[in-house]
Amino acid sequence: MQLTNRAKKTDKSELSLFERSYLPSLATGLGITIKHFFQAKPTIEYPEQKRYLGPVFRGHHILKRDEEGRERCTACGLCAVACPAEAISMVAQERVKGEEHLYREEKYAAVYEINMLRCIFCGLCEEACPKQAVYLRHDKFVPVFTDRSDVIYGKDQLVEDMNQRYQRDAWTKEDAMKLWK
Amino acid sequence: MSSFVQWLTESMFLWKALIIIVIFAITLGIAAYSTWAERKVAAYIQDRRGPNRAGWGGLLQPLADAGKMFFKEDFIPAQADRWLFILGPCLSMFTALMSSAVVPFGNSFIIGGKEVFVQAIEINIGILYVFGVVSLGVYGVMIGGWASNNKFSLLGAIRAASQNISYELAMGMSIIAILMMSGTLSLREIVAQQHGGNWNVFYQPLGFLIFTVCAFAECNRTPFDLPECETELVGGYHTEYSSMKLGFYLFAEYINMFASSAVTACLFFGGYNYPGMDFVESQLISALGANAGHNVATLVGIGSMFTKILFGIFFFMWVRWTVPRFRYDQLMNLGWKGLIPLAVGNLVVTAGAILSGYKLVGIWIGLALMVVLISVGWSMRPKKKNAIMGA
Repeated sequence: MQLTNRAKKTDKSELSLFERSYLPSLATGLGITIKHFFQAKPTIEYPEQKRYLGPVFRGHHILKRDEEGRERCTACGLCAVACPAEAISMVAQERVKGEEHLYREEKYAAVYEINMLRCIFCGLCEEACPKQAVYLRHDKFVPVFTDRSDVIYGKDQLVEDMNQRYQRDAWTKEDAMKLWK
Repeated sequence: MSSFVQWLTESMFLWKALIIIVIFAITLGIAAYSTWAERKVAAYIQDRRGPNRAGWGGLLQPLADAGKMFFKEDFIPAQADRWLFILGPCLSMFTALMSSAVVPFGNSFIIGGKEVFVQAIEINIGILYVFGVVSLGVYGVMIGGWASNNKFSLLGAIRAASQNISYELAMGMSIIAILMMSGTLSLREIVAQQHGGNWNVFYQPLGFLIFTVCAFAECNRTPFDLPECETELVGGYHTEYSSMKLGFYLFAEYINMFASSAVTACLFFGGYNYPGMDFVESQLISALGANAGHNVATLVGIGSMFTKILFGIFFFMWVRWTVPRFRYDQLMNLGWKGLIPLAVGNLVVTAGAILSGYKLVGIWIGLALMVVLISVGWSMRPKKKNAIMGA
Protein backbone atom coordinates (compact mmCIF):
# COMPACT_ATOMS: atom_id res chain seq x y z
CA MET A 1 0.00 0.00 0.00
CA GLN A 2 1.34 3.38 -0.93
CA LEU A 3 1.01 5.92 1.87
CA THR A 4 2.98 8.79 0.41
CA ASN A 5 4.54 9.43 -2.96
CA ARG A 6 7.86 10.35 -1.45
CA ALA A 7 9.24 6.81 -1.41
CA LYS A 8 12.12 6.34 -3.81
CA LYS A 9 12.87 3.05 -5.39
CA THR A 10 16.51 2.19 -4.81
CA ASP A 11 18.58 0.88 -7.66
CA LYS A 12 20.03 -2.41 -6.50
CA SER A 13 21.28 -3.65 -9.83
CA GLU A 14 24.86 -4.84 -9.85
CA LEU A 15 27.53 -2.19 -10.33
CA SER A 16 29.34 -2.03 -13.62
CA LEU A 17 33.12 -2.34 -13.76
CA PHE A 18 33.46 1.41 -14.23
CA GLU A 19 31.34 2.08 -11.17
CA ARG A 20 33.20 -0.55 -9.18
CA SER A 21 36.49 1.21 -9.85
CA TYR A 22 35.17 3.80 -7.36
CA LEU A 23 36.56 6.61 -9.47
CA PRO A 24 33.35 8.12 -10.92
CA SER A 25 31.69 8.42 -7.52
CA LEU A 26 34.94 9.75 -6.08
CA ALA A 27 35.03 12.44 -8.74
CA THR A 28 31.39 13.34 -8.07
CA GLY A 29 32.11 13.56 -4.36
CA LEU A 30 35.15 15.77 -4.87
CA GLY A 31 33.02 17.98 -7.12
CA ILE A 32 30.39 18.38 -4.43
CA THR A 33 32.88 19.22 -1.70
CA ILE A 34 34.78 21.75 -3.81
CA LYS A 35 31.46 23.40 -4.66
CA HIS A 36 30.77 23.79 -0.96
CA PHE A 37 34.32 25.03 -0.44
CA PHE A 38 33.60 28.09 -2.56
CA GLN A 39 30.06 28.66 -1.40
CA ALA A 40 29.14 31.59 0.86
CA LYS A 41 29.09 30.58 4.50
CA PRO A 42 25.90 31.07 6.52
CA THR A 43 27.83 31.62 9.76
CA ILE A 44 26.89 34.60 11.94
CA GLU A 45 30.00 35.71 13.83
CA TYR A 46 28.17 35.81 17.12
CA PRO A 47 29.73 38.30 19.50
CA GLU A 48 30.33 40.77 16.67
CA GLN A 49 27.14 40.11 14.72
CA LYS A 50 23.83 39.43 16.35
CA ARG A 51 20.81 37.96 14.72
CA TYR A 52 17.29 39.32 15.21
CA LEU A 53 15.66 36.68 17.37
CA GLY A 54 12.02 37.48 16.74
CA PRO A 55 9.39 39.38 18.73
CA VAL A 56 8.55 36.43 20.98
CA PHE A 57 12.08 35.64 22.15
CA ARG A 58 12.25 35.32 25.95
CA GLY A 59 15.32 37.07 27.32
CA HIS A 60 16.08 39.51 30.14
CA HIS A 61 13.21 40.25 32.54
CA ILE A 62 11.76 43.73 32.86
CA LEU A 63 9.40 45.24 35.43
CA LYS A 64 7.26 47.64 33.40
CA ARG A 65 6.12 51.11 34.40
CA ASP A 66 2.91 52.65 33.14
CA GLU A 67 2.64 55.77 30.93
CA GLU A 68 3.09 58.07 33.91
CA GLY A 69 6.20 56.26 35.04
CA ARG A 70 4.60 54.39 37.95
CA GLU A 71 5.62 50.81 38.69
CA ARG A 72 2.86 48.46 37.67
CA CYS A 73 3.80 45.63 40.05
CA THR A 74 1.54 45.21 43.06
CA ALA A 75 3.52 42.39 44.68
CA CYS A 76 0.67 39.91 44.48
CA GLY A 77 3.18 37.04 44.23
CA LEU A 78 1.42 35.23 41.37
CA CYS A 79 4.61 35.24 39.32
CA ALA A 80 6.50 33.64 42.20
CA VAL A 81 3.79 31.00 42.50
CA ALA A 82 3.77 30.34 38.76
CA CYS A 83 7.53 30.10 38.54
CA PRO A 84 8.46 26.42 38.08
CA ALA A 85 12.06 27.09 39.00
CA GLU A 86 11.20 29.12 42.13
CA ALA A 87 13.47 31.89 40.97
CA ILE A 88 11.34 34.85 42.00
CA SER A 89 11.01 36.27 45.48
CA MET A 90 9.61 39.58 46.70
CA VAL A 91 8.81 41.66 49.77
CA ALA A 92 5.56 43.65 49.64
CA GLN A 93 5.01 47.04 51.20
CA GLU A 94 2.08 49.41 51.49
CA ARG A 95 2.18 52.63 49.53
CA VAL A 96 2.11 55.68 51.80
CA LYS A 97 0.85 59.13 51.02
CA GLY A 98 3.08 61.05 48.62
CA GLU A 99 4.21 57.91 46.79
CA GLU A 100 1.32 57.87 44.30
CA HIS A 101 3.60 59.05 41.52
CA LEU A 102 5.92 56.08 42.13
CA TYR A 103 3.60 53.12 42.46
CA ARG A 104 0.35 52.60 40.62
CA GLU A 105 -1.29 50.24 43.13
CA GLU A 106 -1.76 50.62 46.87
CA LYS A 107 0.68 47.82 47.52
CA TYR A 108 4.05 47.54 45.81
CA ALA A 109 7.17 45.36 45.79
CA ALA A 110 9.83 46.87 47.98
CA VAL A 111 12.18 44.06 47.01
CA TYR A 112 11.79 42.08 43.80
CA GLU A 113 14.52 39.56 43.10
CA ILE A 114 15.05 37.02 40.34
CA ASN A 115 17.72 34.39 40.68
CA MET A 116 19.03 34.20 37.13
CA LEU A 117 20.77 30.89 37.74
CA ARG A 118 17.43 29.31 38.59
CA CYS A 119 15.38 31.02 35.91
CA ILE A 120 14.66 28.85 32.90
CA PHE A 121 13.14 31.69 30.82
CA CYS A 122 9.85 29.83 30.37
CA GLY A 123 7.77 32.99 30.49
CA LEU A 124 5.16 31.68 32.96
CA CYS A 125 5.65 34.77 35.20
CA GLU A 126 4.70 36.91 32.23
CA GLU A 127 1.54 34.87 31.71
CA ALA A 128 0.62 34.86 35.40
CA CYS A 129 0.98 38.61 35.95
CA PRO A 130 -2.48 40.26 36.32
CA LYS A 131 -1.03 43.78 36.09
CA GLN A 132 1.11 43.35 32.93
CA ALA A 133 4.11 44.24 35.06
CA VAL A 134 6.69 41.56 34.34
CA TYR A 135 7.87 40.76 30.82
CA LEU A 136 10.74 38.90 29.23
CA ARG A 137 12.35 41.19 26.69
CA HIS A 138 13.02 39.93 23.18
CA ASP A 139 15.99 42.18 22.54
CA LYS A 140 18.34 41.58 25.47
CA PHE A 141 20.12 38.58 26.91
CA VAL A 142 20.97 38.02 30.53
CA PRO A 143 24.75 38.32 30.35
CA VAL A 144 27.29 35.77 31.48
CA PHE A 145 28.00 35.70 35.23
CA THR A 146 31.54 35.73 36.45
CA ASP A 147 30.67 35.84 40.13
CA ARG A 148 27.98 34.27 42.30
CA SER A 149 27.12 37.64 43.78
CA ASP A 150 26.03 38.82 40.31
CA VAL A 151 23.42 36.11 40.00
CA ILE A 152 20.48 37.63 41.88
CA TYR A 153 18.96 40.53 39.98
CA GLY A 154 17.20 43.16 42.09
CA LYS A 155 14.88 45.99 41.19
CA ASP A 156 17.80 48.17 40.14
CA GLN A 157 18.43 45.85 37.20
CA LEU A 158 14.83 44.93 36.47
CA VAL A 159 12.68 48.07 36.59
CA GLU A 160 12.14 49.83 33.28
CA ASP A 161 14.07 52.98 32.49
CA MET A 162 11.64 55.69 31.37
CA ASN A 163 14.25 57.15 29.05
CA GLN A 164 14.62 53.88 27.20
CA ARG A 165 11.20 52.32 27.30
CA TYR A 166 10.92 48.74 26.21
CA GLN A 167 8.61 48.00 23.34
CA ARG A 168 8.10 44.93 21.27
CA ASP A 169 8.65 45.66 17.59
CA ALA A 170 7.26 43.47 14.86
CA TRP A 171 3.80 42.42 15.90
CA THR A 172 2.87 41.00 12.54
CA LYS A 173 4.61 38.26 10.64
CA GLU A 174 5.43 40.68 7.81
CA ASP A 175 7.18 43.09 10.20
CA ALA A 176 9.14 40.23 11.72
CA MET A 177 10.26 38.97 8.30
CA LYS A 178 11.56 42.45 7.50
CA LEU A 179 13.68 42.53 10.65
CA TRP A 180 14.88 38.99 10.20
CA LYS A 181 16.60 39.69 6.92
CA MET B 1 93.11 27.30 11.89
CA SER B 2 93.27 29.51 8.86
CA SER B 3 93.17 26.47 6.61
CA PHE B 4 89.99 25.42 8.41
CA VAL B 5 88.42 28.83 7.80
CA GLN B 6 89.50 28.63 4.20
CA TRP B 7 88.01 25.18 3.89
CA LEU B 8 84.78 26.41 5.48
CA THR B 9 84.42 29.31 3.05
CA GLU B 10 85.54 27.45 -0.04
CA SER B 11 83.67 24.22 0.50
CA MET B 12 79.96 23.84 0.16
CA PHE B 13 79.69 23.25 3.90
CA LEU B 14 78.21 26.61 4.91
CA TRP B 15 75.84 26.82 1.99
CA LYS B 16 74.70 23.25 2.50
CA ALA B 17 74.17 23.88 6.23
CA LEU B 18 72.13 26.97 5.38
CA ILE B 19 70.03 25.10 2.83
CA ILE B 20 69.44 22.20 5.25
CA ILE B 21 68.34 24.58 8.00
CA VAL B 22 66.04 26.47 5.64
CA ILE B 23 64.48 23.26 4.31
CA PHE B 24 64.07 21.97 7.87
CA ALA B 25 62.41 25.21 8.96
CA ILE B 26 60.14 25.30 5.90
CA THR B 27 59.13 21.68 6.44
CA LEU B 28 58.21 22.37 10.05
CA GLY B 29 56.49 25.62 9.17
CA ILE B 30 54.41 24.09 6.41
CA ALA B 31 53.52 21.14 8.64
CA ALA B 32 52.43 23.51 11.41
CA TYR B 33 50.33 25.56 9.06
CA SER B 34 48.91 22.37 7.53
CA THR B 35 47.12 21.82 10.83
CA TRP B 36 45.59 25.27 10.47
CA ALA B 37 44.84 24.67 6.80
CA GLU B 38 43.29 21.31 7.57
CA ARG B 39 40.85 22.91 9.96
CA LYS B 40 40.10 25.75 7.55
CA VAL B 41 39.59 23.42 4.59
CA ALA B 42 37.41 21.12 6.67
CA ALA B 43 35.37 24.11 7.80
CA TYR B 44 34.96 25.58 4.31
CA ILE B 45 33.94 22.23 2.85
CA GLN B 46 31.39 21.84 5.62
CA ASP B 47 30.07 25.40 5.10
CA ARG B 48 31.70 26.73 8.24
CA ARG B 49 34.32 29.44 8.86
CA GLY B 50 36.90 27.49 10.85
CA PRO B 51 39.32 28.88 13.42
CA ASN B 52 39.25 32.69 13.29
CA ARG B 53 39.86 33.86 16.86
CA ALA B 54 43.62 33.47 17.34
CA GLY B 55 45.18 36.09 15.12
CA TRP B 56 43.91 37.27 11.75
CA GLY B 57 41.94 34.43 10.16
CA GLY B 58 43.11 32.16 12.99
CA LEU B 59 46.68 32.32 11.76
CA LEU B 60 48.09 32.01 15.27
CA GLN B 61 46.11 28.82 15.85
CA PRO B 62 49.12 26.49 15.33
CA LEU B 63 50.97 28.36 18.10
CA ALA B 64 47.98 28.08 20.39
CA ASP B 65 47.65 24.37 19.61
CA ALA B 66 51.32 23.74 20.25
CA GLY B 67 51.14 25.70 23.50
CA LYS B 68 48.18 23.62 24.58
CA MET B 69 50.00 20.41 23.69
CA PHE B 70 53.08 21.40 25.69
CA PHE B 71 51.15 22.27 28.82
CA LYS B 72 49.05 19.12 28.94
CA GLU B 73 49.94 16.44 31.44
CA ASP B 74 52.51 14.10 29.94
CA PHE B 75 51.12 10.80 31.10
CA ILE B 76 52.80 7.40 30.78
CA PRO B 77 50.61 4.43 31.74
CA ALA B 78 51.96 2.31 34.61
CA GLN B 79 51.99 -0.88 32.57
CA ALA B 80 53.56 0.69 29.49
CA ASP B 81 57.12 0.03 28.42
CA ARG B 82 58.54 3.41 29.36
CA TRP B 83 61.46 3.63 26.95
CA LEU B 84 59.66 2.28 23.93
CA PHE B 85 56.72 4.51 24.80
CA ILE B 86 58.98 7.54 24.57
CA LEU B 87 60.88 6.19 21.57
CA GLY B 88 57.71 5.74 19.44
CA PRO B 89 56.82 9.38 18.77
CA CYS B 90 60.50 10.35 18.53
CA LEU B 91 61.06 7.77 15.81
CA SER B 92 57.90 8.83 14.00
CA MET B 93 58.99 12.47 13.96
CA PHE B 94 62.61 11.62 13.10
CA THR B 95 61.79 9.51 10.05
CA ALA B 96 59.18 12.00 8.89
CA LEU B 97 61.71 14.83 8.98
CA MET B 98 64.40 12.81 7.22
CA SER B 99 62.35 11.99 4.15
CA SER B 100 62.50 15.43 2.54
CA ALA B 101 66.33 15.47 2.59
CA VAL B 102 66.79 14.25 -0.98
CA VAL B 103 63.95 16.21 -2.55
CA PRO B 104 65.21 18.81 -5.02
CA PHE B 105 63.21 21.91 -4.16
CA GLY B 106 64.81 23.98 -6.88
CA ASN B 107 67.46 23.97 -9.53
CA SER B 108 70.67 25.60 -8.29
CA PHE B 109 72.14 28.87 -7.10
CA ILE B 110 75.42 30.13 -8.50
CA ILE B 111 77.32 31.63 -5.60
CA GLY B 112 80.91 32.75 -6.01
CA GLY B 113 81.31 30.79 -9.22
CA LYS B 114 80.06 27.58 -7.62
CA GLU B 115 76.82 25.82 -8.30
CA VAL B 116 74.83 24.98 -5.13
CA PHE B 117 71.87 22.67 -5.56
CA VAL B 118 68.71 23.62 -3.67
CA GLN B 119 68.60 20.23 -2.05
CA ALA B 120 69.91 18.95 1.26
CA ILE B 121 71.86 16.06 -0.23
CA GLU B 122 72.12 14.96 -3.84
CA ILE B 123 72.51 11.19 -3.85
CA ASN B 124 72.14 8.98 -6.88
CA ILE B 125 69.70 6.66 -5.10
CA GLY B 126 67.27 9.38 -3.98
CA ILE B 127 64.11 7.33 -4.56
CA LEU B 128 65.49 4.34 -2.68
CA TYR B 129 66.39 6.62 0.21
CA VAL B 130 62.85 8.02 0.35
CA PHE B 131 61.43 4.52 0.31
CA GLY B 132 63.78 3.31 3.00
CA VAL B 133 62.95 6.20 5.31
CA VAL B 134 59.22 6.01 4.67
CA SER B 135 59.14 2.31 5.49
CA LEU B 136 61.06 3.03 8.70
CA GLY B 137 58.22 5.39 9.62
CA VAL B 138 55.96 2.50 10.46
CA TYR B 139 58.32 1.56 13.32
CA GLY B 140 57.32 4.69 15.21
CA VAL B 141 53.67 3.75 15.01
CA MET B 142 54.34 0.09 15.68
CA ILE B 143 56.57 0.66 18.71
CA GLY B 144 54.23 3.28 20.15
CA GLY B 145 51.22 1.01 19.79
CA TRP B 146 53.07 -1.97 21.24
CA ALA B 147 54.59 -0.08 24.17
CA SER B 148 51.22 1.36 25.23
CA ASN B 149 50.15 -2.07 26.50
CA ASN B 150 46.61 -1.42 25.34
CA LYS B 151 44.47 -3.58 23.08
CA PHE B 152 43.28 -0.71 20.94
CA SER B 153 46.75 0.73 20.52
CA LEU B 154 48.10 -2.63 19.51
CA LEU B 155 45.29 -3.20 17.03
CA GLY B 156 45.94 0.23 15.52
CA ALA B 157 49.65 -0.51 15.29
CA ILE B 158 49.05 -3.87 13.64
CA ARG B 159 46.74 -2.23 11.15
CA ALA B 160 49.29 0.46 10.40
CA ALA B 161 52.04 -2.08 9.86
CA SER B 162 50.08 -4.38 7.58
CA GLN B 163 48.59 -1.45 5.66
CA ASN B 164 51.94 0.20 5.06
CA ILE B 165 53.57 -3.04 3.96
CA SER B 166 50.71 -3.90 1.61
CA TYR B 167 50.65 -0.50 -0.05
CA GLU B 168 54.41 -0.15 -0.30
CA LEU B 169 54.39 -3.00 -2.83
CA ALA B 170 52.00 -1.31 -5.23
CA MET B 171 53.71 2.03 -4.68
CA GLY B 172 57.11 0.55 -5.43
CA MET B 173 55.87 -1.06 -8.61
CA SER B 174 54.23 2.14 -9.83
CA ILE B 175 57.57 3.89 -9.32
CA ILE B 176 59.54 1.15 -11.08
CA ALA B 177 57.64 2.10 -14.23
CA ILE B 178 58.98 5.62 -13.88
CA LEU B 179 62.48 4.35 -13.19
CA MET B 180 62.33 2.26 -16.37
CA MET B 181 61.56 5.39 -18.36
CA SER B 182 64.09 7.67 -16.69
CA GLY B 183 66.85 5.13 -16.16
CA THR B 184 68.00 6.77 -12.95
CA LEU B 185 67.20 6.68 -9.24
CA SER B 186 68.30 10.24 -8.60
CA LEU B 187 65.35 12.55 -7.92
CA ARG B 188 67.26 15.51 -9.33
CA GLU B 189 67.79 13.74 -12.64
CA ILE B 190 64.22 12.51 -12.77
CA VAL B 191 63.09 16.09 -12.33
CA ALA B 192 65.58 17.39 -14.88
CA GLN B 193 64.32 14.88 -17.45
CA GLN B 194 60.80 16.29 -17.12
CA HIS B 195 62.04 19.67 -18.33
CA GLY B 196 59.93 21.32 -21.01
CA GLY B 197 56.51 20.01 -20.13
CA ASN B 198 57.49 16.34 -20.34
CA TRP B 199 55.81 15.66 -17.03
CA ASN B 200 55.66 12.03 -16.07
CA VAL B 201 51.97 12.28 -15.26
CA PHE B 202 51.28 12.35 -19.02
CA TYR B 203 53.40 9.25 -19.53
CA GLN B 204 52.24 7.42 -16.43
CA PRO B 205 48.57 8.26 -15.75
CA LEU B 206 47.85 4.88 -14.21
CA GLY B 207 51.12 4.93 -12.29
CA PHE B 208 50.19 8.32 -10.91
CA LEU B 209 46.77 7.07 -9.81
CA ILE B 210 48.29 4.06 -8.04
CA PHE B 211 51.01 6.17 -6.47
CA THR B 212 48.50 8.70 -5.14
CA VAL B 213 46.26 6.06 -3.61
CA CYS B 214 49.28 4.40 -2.00
CA ALA B 215 50.57 7.74 -0.74
CA PHE B 216 47.26 8.25 1.05
CA ALA B 217 47.58 4.81 2.61
CA GLU B 218 51.20 5.37 3.59
CA CYS B 219 50.39 8.66 5.29
CA ASN B 220 47.49 7.00 7.14
CA ARG B 221 45.15 9.60 5.73
CA THR B 222 41.43 9.21 5.10
CA PRO B 223 40.05 7.11 3.42
CA PHE B 224 42.79 4.82 4.73
CA ASP B 225 43.16 6.14 8.28
CA LEU B 226 42.30 2.81 9.83
CA PRO B 227 45.25 2.83 12.28
CA GLU B 228 43.63 5.69 14.15
CA CYS B 229 40.04 4.85 13.38
CA GLU B 230 38.18 6.54 16.25
CA THR B 231 34.91 4.73 15.78
CA GLU B 232 36.49 1.31 16.31
CA LEU B 233 39.79 1.81 18.09
CA VAL B 234 39.27 4.80 20.42
CA GLY B 235 42.36 6.60 19.09
CA GLY B 236 44.26 3.79 17.40
CA TYR B 237 47.98 3.57 18.06
CA HIS B 238 48.07 6.87 19.96
CA THR B 239 45.20 6.08 22.34
CA GLU B 240 47.48 6.21 25.40
CA TYR B 241 49.47 9.23 24.31
CA SER B 242 49.01 12.73 25.62
CA SER B 243 50.80 16.05 25.60
CA MET B 244 53.56 16.68 23.07
CA LYS B 245 54.10 12.96 22.46
CA LEU B 246 50.66 12.89 20.90
CA GLY B 247 51.58 16.18 19.26
CA PHE B 248 54.61 14.53 17.66
CA TYR B 249 52.51 11.74 16.20
CA LEU B 250 49.98 14.17 14.78
CA PHE B 251 52.71 16.48 13.55
CA ALA B 252 54.59 13.61 11.90
CA GLU B 253 51.45 12.89 9.88
CA TYR B 254 51.49 16.42 8.47
CA ILE B 255 55.21 16.29 7.76
CA ASN B 256 54.63 13.01 5.93
CA MET B 257 51.92 14.71 3.91
CA PHE B 258 54.34 17.46 2.97
CA ALA B 259 57.06 14.97 2.06
CA SER B 260 54.79 12.79 -0.02
CA SER B 261 53.40 15.83 -1.83
CA ALA B 262 56.97 16.89 -2.55
CA VAL B 263 57.91 13.45 -3.86
CA THR B 264 54.73 13.30 -5.96
CA ALA B 265 55.55 16.70 -7.41
CA CYS B 266 59.08 15.53 -8.25
CA LEU B 267 58.09 12.20 -9.74
CA PHE B 268 55.00 13.17 -11.70
CA PHE B 269 54.68 16.94 -12.01
CA GLY B 270 58.18 17.94 -13.00
CA GLY B 271 59.29 19.26 -9.61
CA TYR B 272 60.56 22.83 -10.04
CA ASN B 273 59.84 22.81 -13.79
CA TYR B 274 57.05 24.93 -15.13
CA PRO B 275 55.83 25.71 -18.64
CA GLY B 276 57.87 28.40 -20.31
CA MET B 277 60.74 28.33 -17.83
CA ASP B 278 63.43 28.54 -20.49
CA PHE B 279 61.91 31.76 -21.81
CA VAL B 280 61.70 33.21 -18.28
CA GLU B 281 65.29 32.27 -17.55
CA SER B 282 66.65 33.73 -20.78
CA GLN B 283 64.73 36.96 -20.16
CA LEU B 284 66.03 37.16 -16.58
CA ILE B 285 69.61 36.46 -17.66
CA SER B 286 69.50 39.17 -20.32
CA ALA B 287 68.00 41.56 -17.78
CA LEU B 288 70.10 40.77 -14.70
CA GLY B 289 73.26 39.12 -16.01
CA ALA B 290 74.16 35.44 -16.09
CA ASN B 291 74.52 34.65 -12.39
CA ALA B 292 71.82 36.83 -10.89
CA GLY B 293 69.42 35.90 -13.70
CA HIS B 294 69.99 32.21 -13.07
CA ASN B 295 69.50 32.65 -9.32
CA VAL B 296 66.24 34.56 -9.73
CA ALA B 297 65.02 31.96 -12.23
CA THR B 298 65.80 29.30 -9.62
CA LEU B 299 63.73 31.21 -7.08
CA VAL B 300 60.79 31.21 -9.50
CA GLY B 301 61.31 27.47 -9.93
CA ILE B 302 61.21 26.99 -6.15
CA GLY B 303 57.96 28.91 -6.17
CA SER B 304 56.51 26.55 -8.77
CA MET B 305 57.67 23.54 -6.72
CA PHE B 306 55.98 24.85 -3.59
CA THR B 307 52.81 25.65 -5.50
CA LYS B 308 52.68 21.99 -6.53
CA ILE B 309 53.42 20.82 -2.98
CA LEU B 310 50.75 23.05 -1.48
CA PHE B 311 48.21 21.87 -4.01
CA GLY B 312 49.18 18.30 -3.12
CA ILE B 313 48.55 18.99 0.56
CA PHE B 314 45.25 20.65 -0.30
CA PHE B 315 44.31 17.58 -2.30
CA PHE B 316 45.07 15.38 0.72
CA MET B 317 42.67 17.49 2.77
CA TRP B 318 40.08 17.76 0.04
CA VAL B 319 39.90 13.96 -0.18
CA ARG B 320 39.84 13.61 3.59
CA TRP B 321 36.67 15.65 3.89
CA THR B 322 35.02 13.93 0.93
CA VAL B 323 35.56 10.20 1.21
CA PRO B 324 34.45 8.08 4.17
CA ARG B 325 36.81 5.58 5.73
CA PHE B 326 37.28 2.17 4.11
CA ARG B 327 36.51 -1.04 5.92
CA TYR B 328 39.61 -3.07 6.69
CA ASP B 329 38.85 -5.91 4.28
CA GLN B 330 38.06 -3.35 1.57
CA LEU B 331 41.43 -1.75 2.18
CA MET B 332 43.23 -5.07 1.83
CA ASN B 333 41.18 -6.06 -1.23
CA LEU B 334 41.97 -2.78 -2.93
CA GLY B 335 45.66 -3.08 -2.15
CA TRP B 336 46.30 -6.70 -3.01
CA LYS B 337 43.66 -7.49 -5.61
CA GLY B 338 43.30 -4.09 -7.21
CA LEU B 339 46.39 -1.94 -7.11
CA ILE B 340 49.15 -4.55 -7.29
CA PRO B 341 47.79 -6.28 -10.44
CA LEU B 342 47.20 -2.87 -11.99
CA ALA B 343 50.74 -1.83 -11.12
CA VAL B 344 52.11 -5.00 -12.72
CA GLY B 345 50.00 -4.33 -15.82
CA ASN B 346 51.29 -0.77 -15.89
CA LEU B 347 54.83 -2.13 -15.71
CA VAL B 348 54.24 -4.41 -18.70
CA VAL B 349 52.62 -1.63 -20.71
CA THR B 350 55.49 0.75 -19.94
CA ALA B 351 58.06 -1.83 -20.91
CA GLY B 352 56.26 -2.48 -24.19
CA ALA B 353 56.00 1.22 -24.92
CA ILE B 354 59.71 1.79 -24.27
CA LEU B 355 60.58 -1.14 -26.56
CA SER B 356 58.28 0.13 -29.31
CA GLY B 357 60.10 3.47 -29.34
CA TYR B 358 56.94 5.57 -29.09
CA LYS B 359 56.71 6.21 -25.36
CA LEU B 360 53.76 8.54 -25.04
CA VAL B 361 51.52 6.99 -27.71
CA GLY B 362 52.59 3.47 -26.80
CA ILE B 363 51.66 3.88 -23.14
CA TRP B 364 48.24 5.33 -23.87
CA ILE B 365 47.49 2.60 -26.43
CA GLY B 366 48.74 -0.02 -23.99
CA LEU B 367 46.59 1.33 -21.19
CA ALA B 368 43.56 1.41 -23.49
CA LEU B 369 44.27 -2.22 -24.42
CA MET B 370 44.53 -3.06 -20.74
CA VAL B 371 41.17 -1.46 -20.00
CA VAL B 372 39.62 -3.36 -22.91
CA LEU B 373 41.12 -6.63 -21.67
CA ILE B 374 39.93 -6.05 -18.12
CA SER B 375 36.39 -5.19 -19.21
CA VAL B 376 36.24 -8.22 -21.51
CA GLY B 377 37.40 -10.39 -18.65
CA TRP B 378 34.86 -8.73 -16.39
CA SER B 379 31.98 -9.35 -18.76
CA MET B 380 32.97 -13.06 -19.03
CA ARG B 381 32.98 -13.61 -15.27
CA PRO B 382 30.57 -16.25 -13.92
CA LYS B 383 27.34 -14.46 -13.02
CA LYS B 384 25.96 -14.91 -9.54
CA LYS B 385 22.26 -15.61 -9.29
CA ASN B 386 20.63 -13.31 -6.82
CA ALA B 387 16.96 -13.77 -6.04
CA ILE B 388 16.65 -10.67 -3.88
CA MET B 389 17.99 -8.23 -6.39
CA GLY B 390 15.45 -9.22 -9.03
CA ALA B 391 16.50 -6.62 -11.56
